[in-house]
Amino acid sequence: MKRRAFLAAGAISAASLACRRKPEFPFQGELVGPDLALGHWLRGGDFPDPERFEPVSALVVGGGVAGLSAAWRLAGGGLDDFRVLELEPEPGGTSRSGRNHVSAFPWAAHYLPVPDRGNHAVLRLLDECGVLEGFDAKGEPRFAEEATVRSPEERIFAYGQWWEGLYLRAGASADDERQYHAFFHEIDRWAAFRDAKGRPAFSIPRSRCSDAPEAVALDGLSFAAWLDARGLSSPRLRWLLDYACRDDYGSRLDTTSAWAGLFYFAARKQGPGEDSRPLLTWPEGNGFLVDHLRQPLGDRLRCGVLAVAIREEKDGVLVTAWDHLGQRRVGWKAKRVIFAGPQHVARHVVAGLAEARPAAARIRNAPWMVANLTLRARPKEPTFPLAWDNVLRDSEALGYVAATHQSLKDYGPTVLTWYRPFAGADCDAERARLRAMDWPACARMVMDDLRPAHPDLEGLVARLDVMRWGHAMVRPAPGQMWDPAFLGLARPFGAVHFAHTELSGLALFEEAQDHGVRAAEEVLAASGRRGESWR
Amino acid sequence: MGESEPEAPAPTLKAPLLFISVLLIASCGLIYELVAGTLSSYLLGDSVMQFSTVIGVYLSAMGLGSYLSKFIQRGLARRFVDLELGVALVGGFSAPILFQAFAHTHAFRVVLYGVVMVVGTLVGLEIPILMRILKNQVRFKDLIAGVLTLDYMGALFASILFPLLFMPKLGLVRTSLFFGLLNATVGLWCTYLLATQLGPTRLIRLRCLAVMALLAVGLAFAGKFTLVLEEEVFADEIVYAKDSPYQRIVLTRGRGSFQLFLNGNLQFSSADEYRYHEALVHPAFGVKPDAKRVLICGGGDGLAVREVLKHPSVQEIVLVDLDPAMTDMARFQPMVRQLNGASLEDPRVKVINADAMVWLQESSGPPFDLALVDFPDPNTYALGKLYTSRFYRLLQRRLTDDAMIAVQSTSPLMARESFWCIAATMEAAGLKVHPYHLAVPSFGVWGFALASRRDFAIPTHVLPGLRHLSDEATAAMFAFPRDMDRVPTEVNRLDNQVLVHLYAREWRRWS
Repeated sequence: MKRRAFLAAGAISAASLACRRKPEFPFQGELVGPDLALGHWLRGGDFPDPERFEPVSALVVGGGVAGLSAAWRLAGGGLDDFRVLELEPEPGGTSRSGRNHVSAFPWAAHYLPVPDRGNHAVLRLLDECGVLEGFDAKGEPRFAEEATVRSPEERIFAYGQWWEGLYLRAGASADDERQYHAFFHEIDRWAAFRDAKGRPAFSIPRSRCSDAPEAVALDGLSFAAWLDARGLSSPRLRWLLDYACRDDYGSRLDTTSAWAGLFYFAARKQGPGEDSRPLLTWPEGNGFLVDHLRQPLGDRLRCGVLAVAIREEKDGVLVTAWDHLGQRRVGWKAKRVIFAGPQHVARHVVAGLAEARPAAARIRNAPWMVANLTLRARPKEPTFPLAWDNVLRDSEALGYVAATHQSLKDYGPTVLTWYRPFAGADCDAERARLRAMDWPACARMVMDDLRPAHPDLEGLVARLDVMRWGHAMVRPAPGQMWDPAFLGLARPFGAVHFAHTELSGLALFEEAQDHGVRAAEEVLAASGRRGESWR
Repeated sequence: MGESEPEAPAPTLKAPLLFISVLLIASCGLIYELVAGTLSSYLLGDSVMQFSTVIGVYLSAMGLGSYLSKFIQRGLARRFVDLELGVALVGGFSAPILFQAFAHTHAFRVVLYGVVMVVGTLVGLEIPILMRILKNQVRFKDLIAGVLTLDYMGALFASILFPLLFMPKLGLVRTSLFFGLLNATVGLWCTYLLATQLGPTRLIRLRCLAVMALLAVGLAFAGKFTLVLEEEVFADEIVYAKDSPYQRIVLTRGRGSFQLFLNGNLQFSSADEYRYHEALVHPAFGVKPDAKRVLICGGGDGLAVREVLKHPSVQEIVLVDLDPAMTDMARFQPMVRQLNGASLEDPRVKVINADAMVWLQESSGPPFDLALVDFPDPNTYALGKLYTSRFYRLLQRRLTDDAMIAVQSTSPLMARESFWCIAATMEAAGLKVHPYHLAVPSFGVWGFALASRRDFAIPTHVLPGLRHLSDEATAAMFAFPRDMDRVPTEVNRLDNQVLVHLYAREWRRWS
């Protein structure tokens, strides 16, 4: 190298060192699963058969809540010869959780409304977990105090300060109050509704809901249109209801079925005029329930395994899968398969399904971003103190949940789980937008969102990790909830059974569990193990 | 040398009046020294050490000031007035500055000795310059005699009036501001006495008035300083203040006793805390006189421990208090340490700084025979959780089957529903409960709940030789007159925290 060139190179590298920018944030973090590349690899097409197909009585494809519940039910019915395949390194789907030196924390679903006495499967599960303490004199279940959301449950940031509760009473006009009561009067009316068979209009899981025409008719219009028809225009009320849609469905008032909108409120009522059911939660969110469900599975649960082709033959169902850890093709020959993944995967994997069931193509899943912020210390709280759920009114995000709230820790380090649905009307565009975001872009979105409420937050964050969920929750679009073709997607396709919360059109733990238990009971019945239903 | 200054005697110079200002500035100088010494011994304890170091630094700084005086050559009168204004500002605001530094920084000692240094240096400059101003008016031997006599007399006045008059009547903050004002007044006064040496005086007088106004504002709007504001609230002088990450701890002194406040709420007064702590501790021992292992939740002031240590059966005391600042104060603050009899130093006592509920949830070990629960009243959610059925269930997990529990449970008179809510909550957690009450003058009528997992009879016997409790007085505490008698309430659970709302509503009536 000539002297001049050497000097020039030195100058350039010195200049580039000088230009290395200071990091934008004084903390670190990363983007964590799900494995977007691996999932999309499915679309590639042809997959050769593995060397052998291991025989098994039942194969559950998908280790989310539906798949784990199916396995739970199969084992409970005496059918132990099964496997559960999960694409991700950990089971649980959107009920997954994480843990660090400060606390356990959820990666998505983080609570369960206490079940009523008719929700047998959830009661059974909670009893096994030690959360159901017994029944009161009226026969209503009683739950462990430490699992019930600790007060204060919610607060909302508006007008530069925090207020107790989720509905902003501060500054509400008389008309706002009237409309608020009018809406909940309507909810009470629906909570009291019983059809000719004695079924309620709204109940969890939705398989217990009435299909009476007056209830089903609600699905014909959007929640926004239903509110318009009743003159419910109060901005505060509509904010609350839009928040509910974003929170539970990843959609907005105008993209949510009115049936689903009312379901959110009426299905959680203890009875007409009574409060909503309390919520059960744990520091790790619904990961608590996932841990209980996965624990007995042992090596019957195979993580990092992606089912790529499922085809039915005369004497069973052949499942070809890619073992990502072992980097090899594996196969099973199952008498019955429970496909416990979403339909947009099923249509690529299950031979002949896409052509036979075009309704599946209409399902839309909202993408979500979830961030876990590990804090060295807590922000200053001069107004209403930290609650479990902390919501910012003027935000596209849903706010955050404090993981240490339920573990009773009121001082010192904590983990905040921040949620943001990408609720725009076009799910594919929203998904593309989310996929394009790198860690700094995600961190910027989180910090910009929280800064108005917590100007001192940046200096307190030790880590900020982000999960980008491409297909976080099914959207209950108007017209879909009672569409017979949509509801028919839950029916078996030959020897392939289906279980997923998506099949209810509602992304709820109870729906996933209900489908898992139903599909397992279909398999048990087909193998001659008829018994009393757990549903 | 500085001999270029005007030599000509000023015909209007009034030497005797200038001597009076010597008296005043000498008093002021000593007051600042006393303020710094008193304040640091209140805040840091160990008064011998504090006074010694403050006086040492102050005197050496005066020496430095005297030395520096030789570099001031021109405009002596003007310099002297400026000096008075400087002393007025730094000395006058020294107490508020030091309180704020203690409460809000970690560098209190740096600020303390810095302030003492600055005031000392300025005061050290005063007398040499004044003597040089006077040297052509008065014969040297009279000058030396007069100035030094008045200097020492001023110190005497100050040292007698400070503890007898200023501290009790004004408190530290106002005393220092008041003497600052006096210094500034001397400055203003000298603009008249030394008018002939000053040249145009309008600007100088305006400066004097500005400084006086600042100090007067400091005095009048004393509430702008948090601590002075607190002095208003507490009605007594603050002798210790600390912001911990958990709470604000303030110790005040007045009317022959001292008081502890947490976040502005009175925790005890040394005048009658014995009534409270005897009632908290001894009835439980009355039922279980052979208790060996005792758990105390809260009670970081060490006063309950003092009472527990009176029982010879006790072999081990575990005290779980959230705030290390609190237990440190109980150990090291001289007044508190004297009151608790250095109880936290007893070898039987183990202090754990943790949230008692989180500790109960996570800890394990041999069970306790007796538990004393002494938390502040439930005026926040973080405190309210310590009164929930879940708390009492967690507590029972660490107790023997026949262990006794005593819980401070607010006033059955002022907050009747809150009081009975606590009892009902303990019952819902499976405890047998006998509530009781007594009069603690600084609180009012105060209540407790005695409880056990087993049925037990109301105690009829307590340790002899207590100041308040006798066997008869103990039995009498368990009878509730009609205006404090049981009312039906909800159970305080983690998921409803009804007590926080109830408590806030009931106490609002009395504020």
